[in-house]
Amino acid sequence: MRARVLLLVVLALGALVPTAVAEQQASLAEIEKQVMCPVCGTLLQLAESPQAQREKAFIKRLIEEGRSEAQIKDALVAEYGEEVLALPPDSGFSLSAYLVPIITFLIAAVALALGVWRWRRAGGPKDGGTPRAAGPSGEDADRLDADLARYDL
Amino acid sequence: MVERKLPKLEVAGSTPVVRFFVSARSFIVVLAVLAVVGLLVFGLASKGSSRLQAGEAVPTADLPQLEGGGSESLADYRGRWVLVNFWASWCLPCRAEAPALEEFQRQQGGPRFTVLGIDTQDLSGDARAFVERYDLTYPQLRDGDGALADEYGTTGVPENFLIDPTGKVRLAYPGPVGEDYLREEVAPLLPEGKS
Repeated sequence: MRARVLLLVVLALGALVPTAVAEQQASLAEIEKQVMCPVCGTLLQLAESPQAQREKAFIKRLIEEGRSEAQIKDALVAEYGEEVLALPPDSGFSLSAYLVPIITFLIAAVALALGVWRWRRAGGPKDGGTPRAAGPSGEDADRLDADLARYDL
Repeated sequence: MVERKLPKLEVAGSTPVVRFFVSARSFIVVLAVLAVVGLLVFGLASKGSSRLQAGEAVPTADLPQLEGGGSESLADYRGRWVLVNFWASWCLPCRAEAPALEEFQRQQGGPRFTVLGIDTQDLSGDARAFVERYDLTYPQLRDGDGALADEYGTTGVPENFLIDPTGKVRLAYPGPVGEDYLREEVAPLLPEGKS
């Protein structure tokens, strides 16, 4: 029993350590991909303007101070506002940035399914069998026979 | 006159179900077109904000002060002439114009006129260091996300706006102002003597 408890504790600690390390190891390269250069309107990673240089220096300083990624992003928001985040926050009105594409996709999928269902229903035979090509009938059939008779095949 | 009764026009094979789908589809298409047009108009309108011109009223949003925890707006300066200067510490031309603005403030600043610095899209620590370095004595506000600068229709920094005591723009100058501009264009509009 005691061994089991010990094993559980070791496993739990093992699960916590990588999280703690990940919290501590904020890197400029990672944060640059997630925040914007507000003046340039591009990802900070791609920006080289004077403002971007200052922003990068600010991030480096916070990393050296041992701040986590989340803390650094919070500090950037405090300086430049929410628009500094490349991905909008998943709360409040910004949540629509995530929901609208999903809802649009679902509506499009339902519309497509409905369209296919209607197309199949309209184009398929009434008895559910394999559709056959309709041949000429009446006057057209007579003309076709006469034309074919003229050829010596 | 004999009234002729015309036959009712019907789509071949139309049933209430088909008519429902046709009308629903038309509605969705119209809605989608309207949404796209609306987005385009919104995009053009939001990007097309032009710089405030002479005679236009200025926005009066509250902004935090660069030093201390208070906030102020242009409305607090009603009754005074104000030279609003949008700047940022990373902007080289802002460094060039800062001494001229400070000198003008020392000459003209008083109860009827002030220069008002608005630090935009900048780090507050850098901005405070800038103020200290150039020994700027005029009030400074922070516009970290650049929202107020957008409302003024600025396209960069520095930009300068002279606001009259009623809160309307009298001069708009995109770019750094120098001693000559301040002496020849701004000073003549201000009340006589030290304002």
